[in-house]
Amino acid sequence: MAGPASAVPARRRWNALWLALPGALFLLLLLVLPSLQLLSVSLTDSETGEFSLAAYERAFGARVYARIIGNTFAIAAQTTGLCLLLGYPLAYWLAGLPARRQRAATLLVLLPFWTSALVKNFAWLVLLGRTGIVAGAFQALGLGQPPDLLFNRPVVLFAMVHSLLPLAVVSMLPVMTGIDRGLLQAAGTLGAPRAAAFWRIHLPLSMPGVASAGLLVFIASLGYFITPALLGSPQETMMGQAIITQVQQMDNLVFAAALSALLIGAALLSCLLYDRVFGLSSVSGGAAAPRAAGSPLRRAGLGLAASLATLFGGLSEGLARLLGGHRFGWLLPAYAWAIVAVLVLPLLAMVPMAFTSASFLSFPPPGFGLRWFAEYFASPVWMSATLRSFGIGLATAVVTTALAALAAFGLARGAGRLSRPVFLMFMTPMIVPSIVVAVALFQLFARVGLVATDAGIMLGHTVHAMPIAFVILLATLKTHDWRLDQAAATLGADRRRTLLRVTLPLMRGGLVGALIFAFLSSFEELTVALFIGGGLRTTLPKQMWDDVILQVSPVLVAASVVVVVLVTALFLLAEFLRPARRGRAA
Amino acid sequence: MSAEPRAVGAAVMGRESPSKLSVRGIAKRYGAADALLPMDLDVWPGEFLTVLGPSGSGKTTLLQLVAGLIEPSAGSLFIDGEDRTHTPVHQRGIGVVFQNYALFPHLTVRENVLFPLQMRRVPAPELKRRAAEALGMVGLGALEDRFPRELSGGQQQRVALARCLVYQPALILMDEPLGALDRKLREAMQMEIKRLHRETGATIIFVTHDQEEALALSDRILLMNHGRIEQIGTPQHIYEHPASLFAADFIGLSNVIQGRIGAGGVLETPDGALPLPPEAPRLSSGATAALVVRPEHVSLRPATPECAALRGRIVESVYAGSEFRLLVTLGSGTTIVARRSPGQAPLAIGDEVVLDWDAAQGRLLPA
Repeated sequence: MAGPASAVPARRRWNALWLALPGALFLLLLLVLPSLQLLSVSLTDSETGEFSLAAYERAFGARVYARIIGNTFAIAAQTTGLCLLLGYPLAYWLAGLPARRQRAATLLVLLPFWTSALVKNFAWLVLLGRTGIVAGAFQALGLGQPPDLLFNRPVVLFAMVHSLLPLAVVSMLPVMTGIDRGLLQAAGTLGAPRAAAFWRIHLPLSMPGVASAGLLVFIASLGYFITPALLGSPQETMMGQAIITQVQQMDNLVFAAALSALLIGAALLSCLLYDRVFGLSSVSGGAAAPRAAGSPLRRAGLGLAASLATLFGGLSEGLARLLGGHRFGWLLPAYAWAIVAVLVLPLLAMVPMAFTSASFLSFPPPGFGLRWFAEYFASPVWMSATLRSFGIGLATAVVTTALAALAAFGLARGAGRLSRPVFLMFMTPMIVPSIVVAVALFQLFARVGLVATDAGIMLGHTVHAMPIAFVILLATLKTHDWRLDQAAATLGADRRRTLLRVTLPLMRGGLVGALIFAFLSSFEELTVALFIGGGLRTTLPKQMWDDVILQVSPVLVAASVVVVVLVTALFLLAEFLRPARRGRAA
Repeated sequence: MSAEPRAVGAAVMGRESPSKLSVRGIAKRYGAADALLPMDLDVWPGEFLTVLGPSGSGKTTLLQLVAGLIEPSAGSLFIDGEDRTHTPVHQRGIGVVFQNYALFPHLTVRENVLFPLQMRRVPAPELKRRAAEALGMVGLGALEDRFPRELSGGQQQRVALARCLVYQPALILMDEPLGALDRKLREAMQMEIKRLHRETGATIIFVTHDQEEALALSDRILLMNHGRIEQIGTPQHIYEHPASLFAADFIGLSNVIQGRIGAGGVLETPDGALPLPPEAPRLSSGATAALVVRPEHVSLRPATPECAALRGRIVESVYAGSEFRLLVTLGSGTTIVARRSPGQAPLAIGDEVVLDWDAAQGRLLPA
């Protein structure tokens, strides 16, 4: 260390939390301030620029927008409820598996989690369409015309739940895995039948996970536009679609800003509610502090759990008696595998459809052919979009991982009252609907000339990818045994060599994971690319989006298969490199 | 809970009452591995039985079988004379105190203690009275609104005990309940458990790998090794009459001298012929055998050149407060431990000594 500072014997201890500064500034400039600005824009008159509530009056006054707002909240609430209801048993089943099998089965949930919503929804559009699997099955069975499956409310809900169910499951899983199954055994020895043990012990202990799953799914569905646009009728129009129309076709940023502000308001309100009940830090899987013993909320919750226990305990006892002691032990695994199959199947079903010899989409394909892949790889439009996505993805991965690693290191090693705000800052992109991020960045970049540039898209993707990279790195650093670094120092290694020889090699799994998942989230990101790319800088998802709006072509299926294969490969690589919990076999 | 403490010793040793727990040929296999070989066991009402053994000896498996947490591969199990082999865990009415206490983290101390009563649909006024009584018994009445995580390890242990005692289970199983506590607290809790056992008259099966704990607490010790019973008996009996080298080695400190039975009732060893104990089992001449002598029975005195007895050299001396432990190496290399009170004439490392013991204190075991 050079300079006069090292000469001073009592060196002031330097707080590592400062390392979070670059990332925090980045998010402040590209997320917080633009969002606030969006808010102020929403309060102006689009002609004169003076203060005005006209946009809000229009949003609530005009029937069409009031209905869109109502739709959005109804669909988001229904999606959230269904995701929790359907996801809870799956997460429960996963949490109860032995470690090795749990990891394998969780992969099957994580794979659709990491496949973009665009590909998943597109898969349903193809599979449920007039030439899809269901129609094919009807014809093969001679049942005549299949029912109309697309463009209605149920299919929108189905596809949204399909898209977001993995998010719900992976949010609930860490909390459930953390519940000591010995507690359920203990409840058994104390006289609780299995149903009572589940409702009175497991359910209350899993509530923090359920709540964070609910929060994340609700916020994600508020800003959804892909599903209603692809699979819904005009009846299902959601606010995300309205925002896109206002920005791209009407050029009415003020009204888009007002709609965005409503989404932010709803997201913040859900966060506040969540914070009141569970404390925000449990989003990251930390244990929630127990509430005061006498709090009415806690009493009500326990009372509800007890009545559910009585109700379902009685039901299951009665049923077991009726059926001669049959306990339906097979039901949970059967249910779980059925859900996993529905999650994974659409991705797999696209593969045979892409290798078709026909000139249009059909299932089953009449014969094997590579023509659509040939067309994809020969098309300059598709190739330039793919290459651009790769380039932006790589840049995003490097920048995000660097900023997130510094911040995670700072948070793991530093201390102080600022730790919590810093943590929340890095999680903010998760609790702001991505459509709002996109509009906010659009109005910021429009003023600094970053619209329709690759750099603009990359900056937006970095905001988008920050939480996942940060969470992965923070988890790696929190489990890192810092005594090993001290051991290296006592063995004569200086700080630099300790970092290079001990700290970084041990963090390798986390760093690679952060790079891969930051890349993936950029590679599949549509919303930011849609706004910032303009019509000029087209990424692969944007190209797919443009194509799917115009026509459902086999090239699109081929492109989707390329995306799915790439995502699977990278995802498996990250999984393979992830440090095993109980040490890798030598 | 019965008001008057029972005369445990007499009831146990007299074996007039029917057994509280009776295990017949119970066994547990996991695939090809035997966790527990077929075993028979009777536990008497009011008894404090310790299941002692090294890890992997099958003691926790036995406890889980009795509690109903796992299904046996063979055999049957009777509680108070009734077949309970396949009764589901929640209907067995057995109390279990788990190693990590298994307190419900989302419930307060009182709610934890109320839980088993609520499961039994005990009416409200009695519920309150009994919970208060159980908490009072372990001295935790003042902390009943705390959450488990707000308590110390010893306090959590007491809550676990109260939660178990509150419904007066016929049989209480404790799975290394003191394993997580430090030494001082552990000894205090041992006294506490002894007192609760005396006051409630409960039948307790206590699993531990700590032989001192087993000696201090038990009416009887069940010593297990490799999934089977090694020896069962009172602590004193097992200590004084170990049935095997394993028992001699696992309980207390033992000196083992290997040799062959020679003519005229002696054990031929590389260090000379040693007299056999008078009540030694009859072993044919030439059979290999081991003589086991406890350190407190070995006396040492400075060697004189003409003495022909067992001789050795002091190689280590450990001060243990109330005594010195001396390590003596014999000519053959065998090491013998002896105890010596600080009052006796001091012996130093390197001193040549003569070792001696009353032949009746030795145990001859086939080796």
